Amino acid sequence: MIRSDAPILLEIRDLHARVEDQPILRGVNLTLRAGEIHAVMGRNGSGKSTLSKVLAGHPAYTVTSGSVLYRGADLLALEPEQRARIGLFLGFQYPVEIPGVSNLEFLRVATNARRQEQGLEELDTFAFDDLVQERLRVVQMDPAFLERSVNQGFSGGEKKRNEILQMALLEPLVAILDETDSGLDIDALRIVAGGVNQLAGPDTSTLLITHYQRLLDAIVPDFVHVMAAGRILRTGGKDLALELEERGYDWVDAELAQPLAGAEVG
Amino acid sequence: MSSATVGDLVSQPYKYGFITEIETEKIAKGLSEDVVRLISAKKEEPPFLLDFRLRAYRHWLTMQEPDWAALGYPPIDYQELIYYAAPRQQQKKASLDEVDPALLETFEKLGIPLSEQKRLSNVAVDAVFDSVSIATTYKEKLAEDGVIFCSISEAVKEHPELVERYLGTVVPANDNFFAALNSAVFSDGSFVFIPKGVACPMELSTYFRINSGDTGQFERTLIVAEEAATVSYLEGCTAPMFDTNQLHAAVVELVALDDASIKYSTVQNWYAGDENGVGGIYNFVTKRGQCRGARSKISWTQVETGSAITWKYPSCVLQGADSVGEFYSVALTNHRQQADTGTKMIHVGPRTRSTIVSKGISAGHSSNSYRGLVQVGPKAVGARNYSQCDSMLIGDRAAANTYPYIRSQQPDANIEHEASTCRISADQLFYLQSRGIGFEAAVSMMVSGFCRDVFNQLPMEFAAEADKLLSLKLEGSVG
Ligand SMILES: Nc1ncnc2c1ncn2[C@@H]1O[C@H](COP(=O)(O)OP(=O)(O)OP(=O)(O)O)[C@@H](O)[C@H]1O
Ligand SMILES: [Mg+2]
Repeated sequence: MIRSDAPILLEIRDLHARVEDQPILRGVNLTLRAGEIHAVMGRNGSGKSTLSKVLAGHPAYTVTSGSVLYRGADLLALEPEQRARIGLFLGFQYPVEIPGVSNLEFLRVATNARRQEQGLEELDTFAFDDLVQERLRVVQMDPAFLERSVNQGFSGGEKKRNEILQMALLEPLVAILDETDSGLDIDALRIVAGGVNQLAGPDTSTLLITHYQRLLDAIVPDFVHVMAAGRILRTGGKDLALELEERGYDWVDAELAQPLAGAEVG
Repeated sequence: MSSATVGDLVSQPYKYGFITEIETEKIAKGLSEDVVRLISAKKEEPPFLLDFRLRAYRHWLTMQEPDWAALGYPPIDYQELIYYAAPRQQQKKASLDEVDPALLETFEKLGIPLSEQKRLSNVAVDAVFDSVSIATTYKEKLAEDGVIFCSISEAVKEHPELVERYLGTVVPANDNFFAALNSAVFSDGSFVFIPKGVACPMELSTYFRINSGDTGQFERTLIVAEEAATVSYLEGCTAPMFDTNQLHAAVVELVALDDASIKYSTVQNWYAGDENGVGGIYNFVTKRGQCRGARSKISWTQVETGSAITWKYPSCVLQGADSVGEFYSVALTNHRQQADTGTKMIHVGPRTRSTIVSKGISAGHSSNSYRGLVQVGPKAVGARNYSQCDSMLIGDRAAANTYPYIRSQQPDANIEHEASTCRISADQLFYLQSRGIGFEAAVSMMVSGFCRDVFNQLPMEFAAEADKLLSLKLEGSVG
């Protein structure tokens, strides 16, 4: 839902970032307002996951210039854990397995870290149990997954559901979902999309990174951005995604070859 | 701090590094037959014990310091050590009120209050300061059940026949270089006797405190559980920070008769030296339990976090038919610490079973080796062993080794060994952080997850303690 007077939650300005000596983000501009759903599409390797990890604060990436404001304050100055506590959420494209750490305990500690920041009381194991049972229903996940180690031995689709369960518990203001749809079967896609729609509201904003229209059929975006060579090359409405589905990305090369873009991209 | 990497783990300053100013009686440094006699005389020991010491000493003279462990340290000059030091206040006091307040204060500072009002409600404590037992709590209450819990010096005086019957029967005086040295000069330690059929009504615990900088520490502990008796015992250890190394060569012997069960837990946090490896305790310890009776059980649980060098193999001799030996170990090394630790499970009797779970965590430039022997003798029909040895590396400069030895003379023995090595990855930490969990909390979450199988074996009161201790060791660990 677009309201031009809605408060800005996330404002990315001319963001450049590199990994080791390799520049990856080369001037990303993007503004997310409350209530909006954005989709970022683009070829493999264009920098979508990098953008999401830079926003979440992954230590492998160095921001070389540009800024990111989260509700008006400098996001890049914060530790990754602090970014999460104030309501930024990243659903990973490839969630890692953490053997030995109980999923339930992990979810409880994470939830309480967020709640503490919000000034809410800490949930003890019983109160948390009630909450988690309720949120499990959002993703229709089997409670047995709570007893296992974080993501360990989960199938691809199960890992993605576990990501959305975390989102449901943390109630973020800005959720970045990196290819949450990949690896999901048809029913799971519907369930996850339903969950995301349920969690999205007038006060939050969602950034969906995806390759496929079928996700955008289920979660209808207000804006679609095409990323190429570390920048947002074009922005449009939901129709842009349909156009991409039809035309592919060949036109991107032509656009990148334009003198202005070409000079910057090098 | 967002550029923090896993490789930058360093432990936070050691909390227990203070020295207590107290008047101490010491003998001149150096070791000789006269020194052995002097120690025995000072302790007013019966002849059998002097004999024991002298035999051990004479044997020690013929022995070589072992060099097979994966450890490196400069040669120890045994003539430079002092072999007897005791707080001046000699006589063990009948009541705590008479104990030097400086000593009580020391233990209070270490979190071990001894006074009637403050002591732990369900744990009897023997407090050993520089190898001399200064107080034992709940003695009278335990005596009601016939349980003897006192210092070994006291046991020598009050129950000489028990000491004579069991001392040196599990770890003979000539067992190894350090055990022989201990047998010759041991100063004090704990003695536990649980009579037939008695389940010890509370946890027993000894807290060892090294205070002196130039004194060798030679504790001796002996625990006997008669038929169908059970006991759970825990030892804790700390020492001040000196820039020299202190030798600690203890011997622990456990005896379990028919259907008896002994659970022995250790939380070892001796001073480990600084980040460059200067100072710290040399912890050369011989611990062995003998499942003498049928269906007896001995279980070792150790959490080893301190010491510059750890050389220690708590073992079980499974003599009785159907007896059970267990070894659960977490060894954490950081900076320049070295640990070579593990166990020996000696299957003698039929259908004996043993379980080994070892978790080694190495950070910094440390080296952490598991060394274990599973031996199955010709009469151990149907013996079974399960071993699991996991290593976790933090950073990329630490080393982990596993040396499992298996010797079986029993074709139908069932011996299973599993091993794994993992590294805490930056992506795992980032995942936890991106859910609001701080870097250090994330590290300790993964480390405790890794150690859970072992922590579950600790007495409840101490499991949380051990968890905290590990976190503490890794706290402030972010560069
Ligand atoms: N840690 C890293 N080390 C080296 N190169 C990296 C690293 N992270 C990203 N890159 C490189 O940066 C580029 C962008 O990667 P990124 O993962 O952001 O792409 P993406 O748009 O998410 O692609 P996909 O659609 O395949 O998920 C790629 O060429 C990738 O190889
Ligand atoms: Mg990607």
